[in-house]
Amino acid sequence: MFKRIFTMLSVTALLTVFTATARADQELTNVSYDPTRELYEAYNTAFQKYWQETKKEKVTVVQSHGGSAKQARSVIEGNEADVVTLALAIDITAVEEAGLIQKGWQKKLPNNSSPYTSTIVFLVRKGNPKKIIDWGDLAREGVGVITPNPKTSGGARWNYLAAWAWGDKEYSHDETKVLAYIKKVFDNVLVLDSGARGSTNTFVQNGQGDVLLAWENEAYLSLAERPGEFEIVTPPTSILAEPPVAIVDTYVDKKGTRELATEYLKYLYSDEGQRIAGQHYYRPSNPEIIKEFTKYFDLNLKLITIDDPLLGGWETAQKKHFSDGGVFDRIYTK
Amino acid sequence: MPPSQTVKIGAESRRQENPFIKNALIVISLLFTLLMLVMPLLVVVTQAFGAGWANFARAVTDTFTVKALQLTLLTTVIAVAANTLFGLTAAWCLTRYRYRGQSLLITMIDLPFAVSPIIAGLIFILTYGRLGWTHSFLEAHNLKIVFAAPGIVMATIFVTIPFVAREIIPVLTARGTDEEQAAVLMGAGFFRTFFYVTLPHIRWALVYSVILCTARAMGEFGAVSVVSGHLRGKTNTLPLHIEILYNEHHYREAFAVSAILVITSIVILTARSVVERIAKKEVNQSVR
Repeated sequence: MFKRIFTMLSVTALLTVFTATARADQELTNVSYDPTRELYEAYNTAFQKYWQETKKEKVTVVQSHGGSAKQARSVIEGNEADVVTLALAIDITAVEEAGLIQKGWQKKLPNNSSPYTSTIVFLVRKGNPKKIIDWGDLAREGVGVITPNPKTSGGARWNYLAAWAWGDKEYSHDETKVLAYIKKVFDNVLVLDSGARGSTNTFVQNGQGDVLLAWENEAYLSLAERPGEFEIVTPPTSILAEPPVAIVDTYVDKKGTRELATEYLKYLYSDEGQRIAGQHYYRPSNPEIIKEFTKYFDLNLKLITIDDPLLGGWETAQKKHFSDGGVFDRIYTK
Repeated sequence: MPPSQTVKIGAESRRQENPFIKNALIVISLLFTLLMLVMPLLVVVTQAFGAGWANFARAVTDTFTVKALQLTLLTTVIAVAANTLFGLTAAWCLTRYRYRGQSLLITMIDLPFAVSPIIAGLIFILTYGRLGWTHSFLEAHNLKIVFAAPGIVMATIFVTIPFVAREIIPVLTARGTDEEQAAVLMGAGFFRTFFYVTLPHIRWALVYSVILCTARAMGEFGAVSVVSGHLRGKTNTLPLHIEILYNEHHYREAFAVSAILVITSIVILTARSVVERIAKKEVNQSVR
């Protein structure tokens, strides 16, 4: 009897393999980071329609999501992505350094190859019981902070740098004091997940902590998922997060998908692409279209960029703060 | 036997039957099972059907779920077949021949039980990935192992290697080689001896181990997660798909798909105890 079940199973399995390989549509693989799942689900549908109308071709987009650095790693190890849409430039630079993306990728598309931007805000429980309104409050005793690990998560690095920038201003460049502040914040961290979505689940679903340091889009998504349970607190200053996109040259040339991949990224800058970004709580880079979404985005929020002399660009910041033995390793010694 | 000793043994067995300890132990083990196994599994099932049958059906028939199920079944079939073949061969080698390096082989078979699944995944990435030493060969022959189905199958085989061999070895050792030697003396060839003399003895142990191997292969998460690349509809197995659904705030769907795995394992475990009972009956009959 077991033999019969066995053969039955193998036949089904083989059949599925054949049906899976028989289809010959154009296929594009987009390796992305954690919080963009819903954005690209909507964008892919729009792009498929656009491609069908202009080129009369069917295209399937395969999505992959995870922590930004981890995703970059998988592309380097051979996960053949046509495009990478990651949380920060340094992760795409890592793919470039592995020889898969040509130098100068960040100048190929407008706005530093970032079709949308975001920032870091606080998600707190309804009524803000711990009165968390600015970065200083995160270091207060008894405040439970949830953030992912800056070593593996892109969002977490923005969180960390935004806090650092605030501390630098608050303590007038006195690095000892800034260090003490950052250490206190991370002493308050209850759970250090490896990706942004893991942290959101820890805070939203499992009820851990008083404040989640979150992408603005991720925070709005949580509000939409669980209305009436949380509030968004926008601190007076934060950081301008530019999640860039790029074509993985080696893989598109191998698969012959360069044109498709180029159009896929370009269409992100079209009015429709920009609106989809806005609808998913990403700040559209088009200054006209972002005005349609002012009910979500505080356009007066002071945003520091990564290229500000204080942070000195990704390379410097990465080396100083997140490399092995860097500042983060020294302050986070639990 | 001197009478004093009998008295001692009697006293000891009376001490073991101390009703307080007995009840306490029963309560502890029942409570533990309840808190650690029954309640969490019940949550999965109630959550899965909490939003009604229609919701459950929609989640289970979703394209990505179906594709993940197909990949999981394919992986399981290949992994179980490969490990059955390997397990039988290894068990035979270890109990029927004597040679140098035998104990090394036994240790190697146990290795997957001791090694963390993430290591199992990483070794495949480091060997068959773009930076691995086999890459130029694979690239030249247009073969893709990691971040594709073959890598998933290999990782699954790795973590389930011990199941069949470990179950068969003790049975073969206990049986000894007398009957096989008799068969060979009477002129039976290798395969004839194996199918008519050896196989009937290890039949139930084999079925039992295949069942356990299937259960483990279907549920493998760690090693597969490392080599998968998480490409939806392509390299997502059922356990990986559950994580994705959960992360996408689709809690109901995640639980619905989890219910498939939970129900499958219950079916598998029921099959296991049926097999156990049949095997026991057969052994008793042959003894009589």
